[in-house]
Amino acid sequence: MIATKDENKLILNPELLQLLNFYSQAKSILRPNYKIMSSIVFENLTKYFQSSLALDRLNLEVKSGEFITLLGPSGCGKTTTLRLLAGFITPDEGKIIVNDRVISAPKNSLPPEKRNMSMIFQSYAIWPHLTVFENVAFGLRLRKVGKKELSDRVSQALALVHLEKLAHRYPAELSGGQQQRVALARAVVIEPQILLLDEPLSNLDASLREAMRHEIMTLHQRLKLTTVYVTHDQREALALADRVIVMAGGKIQQVGTPEEIYEQPATEFVADFIGRCNRLSGKVVTRNSVEVNGILFQVANIPGNISIGDNVVVCFRPHAVIVNSANSLLDGERANHLRARVEYCEYLGEFREYELKLEKSNIRLLAIAPPNIRHQHNSVVNISISSSSCRILPGKFKNSLSANKLSAISS
Amino acid sequence: MKNLERRKSLANYDFSLIIWLVFIVVLLILIGLPIFWLIRNSLFSPESESLSFINYQTVFIKPRFREAIYNSLILASGSSFLSLLLGVPTAWIISRTDMPLRNLLRVLLLLVFAMPPFLGAIAWTLLIAPNSGWLNRIYMSLTGAETGIFNAYSMWGAIFVIGLSTYPYVFLLTSSALDVVNSELEDAGTILGANTWKMTTKVTLPLVAPAIIAGGILSFLEAIALFGSPSLLLIPARTTVITTEIWQLFQYPPKIELACAFSLCLVLITALLVWVQRSLTTRKDYAVITGKVGRKRLLKLGIGRWVALLFCLTVCSLSLFLPLLILLRTALSQSWGRPFGLDNFTWKWFGEVLSNSSTSLAIKNSFLFSAISATIAMAIALIIAYLVSRKLVPGYRILGFLPMLPIAIPGVVIAVGIFAAYTRPPLILYGTAAIMVVAFTTRFIPVAFTNASTTVMRINPELELAARNLGATSATTVQQVVFPLVKRGLISGWILVFILSIRELSCAILLFTLNTQVMSTALFELVSESSYERLSALAIIMLAIVFTIVLLAYRFLGKDFLLEK
Repeated sequence: MIATKDENKLILNPELLQLLNFYSQAKSILRPNYKIMSSIVFENLTKYFQSSLALDRLNLEVKSGEFITLLGPSGCGKTTTLRLLAGFITPDEGKIIVNDRVISAPKNSLPPEKRNMSMIFQSYAIWPHLTVFENVAFGLRLRKVGKKELSDRVSQALALVHLEKLAHRYPAELSGGQQQRVALARAVVIEPQILLLDEPLSNLDASLREAMRHEIMTLHQRLKLTTVYVTHDQREALALADRVIVMAGGKIQQVGTPEEIYEQPATEFVADFIGRCNRLSGKVVTRNSVEVNGILFQVANIPGNISIGDNVVVCFRPHAVIVNSANSLLDGERANHLRARVEYCEYLGEFREYELKLEKSNIRLLAIAPPNIRHQHNSVVNISISSSSCRILPGKFKNSLSANKLSAISS
Repeated sequence: MKNLERRKSLANYDFSLIIWLVFIVVLLILIGLPIFWLIRNSLFSPESESLSFINYQTVFIKPRFREAIYNSLILASGSSFLSLLLGVPTAWIISRTDMPLRNLLRVLLLLVFAMPPFLGAIAWTLLIAPNSGWLNRIYMSLTGAETGIFNAYSMWGAIFVIGLSTYPYVFLLTSSALDVVNSELEDAGTILGANTWKMTTKVTLPLVAPAIIAGGILSFLEAIALFGSPSLLLIPARTTVITTEIWQLFQYPPKIELACAFSLCLVLITALLVWVQRSLTTRKDYAVITGKVGRKRLLKLGIGRWVALLFCLTVCSLSLFLPLLILLRTALSQSWGRPFGLDNFTWKWFGEVLSNSSTSLAIKNSFLFSAISATIAMAIALIIAYLVSRKLVPGYRILGFLPMLPIAIPGVVIAVGIFAAYTRPPLILYGTAAIMVVAFTTRFIPVAFTNASTTVMRINPELELAARNLGATSATTVQQVVFPLVKRGLISGWILVFILSIRELSCAILLFTLNTQVMSTALFELVSESSYERLSALAIIMLAIVFTIVLLAYRFLGKDFLLEK
């Protein structure tokens, strides 16, 4: 599931090598006196489309130089947030403040052209009637940059993306990757205050996407531009961001570092949307055990707001289920040792995926195990789940909030 | 200082809202005013000077009106049946078989489409007028018969001639549907054991059935709305149809209120059919035919391809070559009744038409009015299409529906409405060039709007957002991004409206005066003077203009530029 370092050798692709080159040198496009200090504050930001609520009182602070991703299924409000920030739409309530200046408010919004932000669009939005050179020069011309400086800065930007030979071509003659590079050059050459990216990788094929992801992070580490990145792909979000903002139904579900989001999901939605998760409904018996369908689960860290007797959901990742473990593996730790029957097994190269059914119960689990040992269909295996990997969320198991279902409905 | 600040705030002010408002108001006036007066007049009794249903009563009681409706329905059904008979086979042959000269025939059929129907009617009167028509004379000299066998001045003659001018609608719709039928669907049929004939009749044609029916309805609509051809062919036969009857009501003493009531009866029929046709072409359950064009394999006809070619050439001869030939022959003869030969040959009619003050004015007017109408129509269409597709104003759905209204209104009826609307304050335009321009603009705004909508919808809104984002104001964005991207689509829409305006007759005939004569009305006048040589010369000039523009547009804008209609 997660690509190893060796696999990232696909940067042998010449196009990607050039891209890497671009990012490593990108800083030199920016003039030395270019100061990037842009913090963003969203305050009670609310937006309706007709009568439906697209964004519900969003509150968020982005530090200067921070890279955040807005993550969620389509219709969750992430793109609305980005477009509000870019100024393409105005909020119905609340405001956006950049560097202590209100730029968006219901009655008083700065038009997009005065915000000095750059956006990279899902469709790249390269103008087909302008040459590559003119596409990149567009923003500089509007800033009335002198002829000499303009041509210097555009040529420099184009040289960095290795498109100088294609400067006088039209976009229709370029490949998708080349168009993407034009979009990047065009966005960075104007020295924006804030960089906005709207699912920029979703139109690229898988191998190009993985590499590009890496490059965008490199770019950010060098430029330290305040960056807001919108995506529905959890892997992109986790890989890139300083902080991930998980959204659903126009509301923030959780804000946190990628590690926090993955390891300590705050809601069932987040647990389900970020990676896969086994979820079991149960009742708290003691401060460190939960009863699930007659099976006593050893757990750790039951949050303080949950008391004994409460209905809870026990969550653990598929890779937390250790298949056919010798008990010694989890020695010194409280763990759940159970027996389960293999219902279904899939070999996926890097690992094997098992669907297991616990003995003497109808609980089904998903487990990920190393590929070297093969358990036959219908065989009975020992499994162990460390108590510390079980996370307890309040409430009953709510199927209706399942992220998979949510995304299936909205897409 | 204060002054400077005010100027600054003015410069910052977004003027686009005002521009939009102006265009919306102009559109409302153009479409709304004629429709309002049409309805108002139809409900007005000139005797009692009050509102009443008396006009509708007259329309339904008087037998001559009922007869006209009946005749119109016969004429339109017959023509549309003939259109299907000619259009479907030619479309299938040209789109899906290996018949030779396919591409040439496509172009020829485009020319048939561009040919003004009443020119076809004029040509066919020269060919099959009883006794004097050339085909009849050839027949008589061959058989020694006393009278010819063909009669242009009859219902059959009119159905034949009008069908020959309306089948391109069936052809265009059917062939563009056939062009995107995936061959794999046919292969699936073949694998299951269907032979070529079965596969075509059971798979291919049913797949494009909605397009065929829509084409048939369009032919029907065109036939029922025609004024020129029926007036040429049916008035001598003392048969009236709705459009000629409306025109009669405009002759002295004019009965405008009755004309309005009768016009609305015609609109009732056409609006219903337009609605059926629209719902047929937009239904989704035939989604299989929308796909990539490339997946098409041509059917091998073997020896049959020569039969197919013969069929297509015959259709083209009847609808294009023969009419062109007779018009040319007449225009180049001293006297068209005498046999063609060197002693009868002359160029003088062309010179006469070009130097005669009335016909040369007509040619000039045609160019001028059509160019202005096309420009205004495209400008309005573009702004409205932009507002609608970007949902920039509340009520954009209604705004998108408004410019499409005239498509259900026959030209004669539009003329009645425009006459009623602009012969009274605040806008008294009758007798001026402006009323002709207003008429053409109103009549063809649906074509312009359809064209502009497709063009605007092809532009990804992100292209505009990217410009705003990089620092362009909305005005700069329109100027530097939107306009360059829609230019091509605008040009093809402009050309289409220009051609349609040049060949327009049924609207112009009720509104022109001596000084606002256009080519089509001049031709119509020459028919009543029976000066066929002059008439043919002017017709050839008109066709030369129209065909040249069509061929140039085909060459530079591609074959789809007419299809938008």
